[in-house]
Amino acid sequence: MNICVFVKRVPDTESRIRIQHETRTIAEDGLNFVISPYDEYAVEEALRLKESKGGTVRVVSVGRDETVAILRKCLAMGADEVLLVKDGSPETYDGLRTARIIARAVERRLAGADLLLFGRQSVGADNSQVPAMVAELLGLPQATVVTKLEIDGASATALREIEGGMEKVVLSLPAVVTAQKGLNEPRYETLKGIMAAKKKEIPSVTLEELGFGPDELVSAVETIGLDVPAARQAGKILRGDPAEAARELVRLLRDEAKVI
Amino acid sequence: MIAAYLEVRDGKIKKSSLEALSEARRRAAELGVGTVAVLVGADVAGLAPAAFALGAAKVYVIENPVYADYSPQSYALALAGFAGEAKPAALFFAATAMGKDLAPRVAARLGVALASDCTKVAVKDGTLEFTRPIYAGKAFLSLRLKTSPKLATLRPNVFPLAESVGGSGETVRLEIAVPEGAIKGRVAEVLKEESAEIDVTEADVVVSGGRGLKGPEAFALLRGMAAVFPRAAVGASRSAVDSGWIGHQHQVGQTGKTVSPELYIAVGISGAIQHLAGMSSSKYIVAVNKDPEAPIFKVADYGIVGDLFEVVPKLTEELKKALAE
Repeated sequence: MNICVFVKRVPDTESRIRIQHETRTIAEDGLNFVISPYDEYAVEEALRLKESKGGTVRVVSVGRDETVAILRKCLAMGADEVLLVKDGSPETYDGLRTARIIARAVERRLAGADLLLFGRQSVGADNSQVPAMVAELLGLPQATVVTKLEIDGASATALREIEGGMEKVVLSLPAVVTAQKGLNEPRYETLKGIMAAKKKEIPSVTLEELGFGPDELVSAVETIGLDVPAARQAGKILRGDPAEAARELVRLLRDEAKVI
Repeated sequence: MIAAYLEVRDGKIKKSSLEALSEARRRAAELGVGTVAVLVGADVAGLAPAAFALGAAKVYVIENPVYADYSPQSYALALAGFAGEAKPAALFFAATAMGKDLAPRVAARLGVALASDCTKVAVKDGTLEFTRPIYAGKAFLSLRLKTSPKLATLRPNVFPLAESVGGSGETVRLEIAVPEGAIKGRVAEVLKEESAEIDVTEADVVVSGGRGLKGPEAFALLRGMAAVFPRAAVGASRSAVDSGWIGHQHQVGQTGKTVSPELYIAVGISGAIQHLAGMSSSKYIVAVNKDPEAPIFKVADYGIVGDLFEVVPKLTEELKKALAE
């Protein structure tokens, strides 16, 4: 199987997010950047499929030069090849822009992919747009938010989460699948893998080399404002006898908050 | 006009789609344009009155046996076909499992941008402005879309349902054919969770448990409390999920679900930053924790400092009494 996985570099989930108001961007200093957690499930799934069915795992990221760090991690985990699509622009929140870049990269640089794996969303922009858009641009079927994936010849069966249950989706390959928590438990890199990955050159391709003109990738999303939510105020804290505290809490919920 | 796509599950329109239609109507009124709804399926025309009741002037019905089962490919064809025919200024979806799966395909097909999982829609300078959480709610982004139609998915449980106006309207049938062989994926089966619990994202009340529960057994206490409310669900912190005490579909937080219920009850949850991100937009937050210094108390409207194994049964009892009145 020829598998391509698409990953994004994001601040880790313990990060406190601060805003640079003059540029309407996230302040990056002091943030610890990692591979987006859902993307890690996608990488792991690709490696497991390769181990059971043979084939290759190629991992691709669209981003700035710093993104090589997460690609190295993927090499250390066991990916065969990686590719950085160099995009110097700051976060645009325009999923279609990214999807166009990825679709073009697939057509020109990643021929023969049977399976395109993504995380269900990037942790950050939280758009959940790019994988389904790539699928549409390439005319491929998709299963998003998948917790179980089985490949049988030229078809895939996926369980995807919906409200109050699961959908069992059957896809003909090639297809797009997005990973949800629960799909697997990602492995740690081995020391040997880390050492080997350090020495490897990370191949890259520019947007120009993918055939994009300078005005072709203007974001269609205009950022008007970016802010952190107003901090919640600490409220009433009850102590003492549990029965009394419970009674008082229910009274407050009913008479003061009027929520019950 | 502003259009809302009405998602049908089990022969019924999803409540969150009716919320999206309600918001479409409010913003359309502000812009001085009409409101329409779109239904796709094998046998859905009979559902149109629910949309008329909420003020849709027209309901576009795309009916064909091929649409009997949901497929993002075929439904995207249908909705892009609708957009081409009706030329709406905007098209809203509910940000449900289906909405999030489908809207990006429709956007890509139309070559337009999409605002995902919005929690606010406003009209400014005669144009729509969308606000949406990023970093699971650690920040909020307000944006405008430069392409048309403006596509957006709206977060369930955030936009109020409009009052019924008891109106009637026109049903417009659209024939949108699906070319042979174009659909390469299908839903073979829908597996319902046996408990028929509602999803944390759709519940009015979420009762969540964390590390303080000390094991899977104590979730029975939380289920007991949730059962007191008409539309409640059980949530969990990441550490409870990672310990294997409860399934990950219950996880609230940055690698789980973002919820905004009327009432969020955090039991034995200390309040890690990634958890707070996922529930801070709840209307009221209640915390039960034995550690008075737990960060959760900094965001809670009400809290009880105490042993959850003593507090939760008492609280359940009191809630039962209060709700019975």
